[in-house]
Amino acid sequence: MKLIHIIPLVSLATAVYAAPQSFDFKDPKGVNNAVFNLDAPLESVNGSASGITGTVSFDPENPAATTGKIIVAAESMTVPNPMQKEHLHSANWLDVAKYPEITFEAKSLANVKTDGNVTTADVTGTFTLHGVSKDITVPVKLTYLKDKLNARVPSLQGDLLVIRANFSINREDFDIQKGKFEDKVSPTINLTLSIAGASVK
Amino acid sequence: MRKILQVLALLIVLAAAVTWAATGANRGWTKTSVPVKTLDQVTGIEGITYQKKFLPGVDFLGAAFAGAVLLAGASFLFRKPSNQQPLTEKQT
Repeated sequence: MKLIHIIPLVSLATAVYAAPQSFDFKDPKGVNNAVFNLDAPLESVNGSASGITGTVSFDPENPAATTGKIIVAAESMTVPNPMQKEHLHSANWLDVAKYPEITFEAKSLANVKTDGNVTTADVTGTFTLHGVSKDITVPVKLTYLKDKLNARVPSLQGDLLVIRANFSINREDFDIQKGKFEDKVSPTINLTLSIAGASVK
Repeated sequence: MRKILQVLALLIVLAAAVTWAATGANRGWTKTSVPVKTLDQVTGIEGITYQKKFLPGVDFLGAAFAGAVLLAGASFLFRKPSNQQPLTEKQT
């Protein structure tokens, strides 16, 4: 075989090997969660959402090229106080009937640092909440767990990608009770995302 | 009737206070579920599930006290039992 024939084959093999993997974030074990926290005078409002789906394209050889979209079902947001939950879901606050999804679509990564299987980066993307979309930058930690899917789901072979992010948004930027109830509920919402996605082989 | 309502008001306050204290004296709002965290050994993610549990808060205490005050207040709408002895006519 001539060298001229080998070069395209090697390139193709390298391209296939280095192709980004698609990770599905619909978690069969149901541990993926987004925690939210707002300060309030008597007691801070603490809750979580579990209805998380989405896909992320991640290349362990080139984490800087990561893209993807994470979707949180607004209906899945829960707080331990039933009245607070009712208010949270109501038309006055999140209006989950009208805006059923909260999404973050990653567009670009900056300050990418990789140490072993852990990558940290500042991800810029579009965050959509309450029907309002804004570009925000979020510090994210990506942990690539090669061949670990089997340890979690014995019937499947593949890799896992764990994403952790901790950031704050202002509810007024997303037209949620703008300028109202600031003495009762803080305008700042602290969000913590802990999710794992699977890439089946 | 007056006495019954006042005793009932006292019982409500006591029952609410005992329930509140016995369930951990929660100084926040009443909760009907509590978050339970479970660690996923593979990913290290702490999953959150909610377990149904009634945890009375300060609003529960407030509602009980308000109810007791209403009952005690309502008790004053009833006449105080008369202390007068029945008149006995002396026949001479």
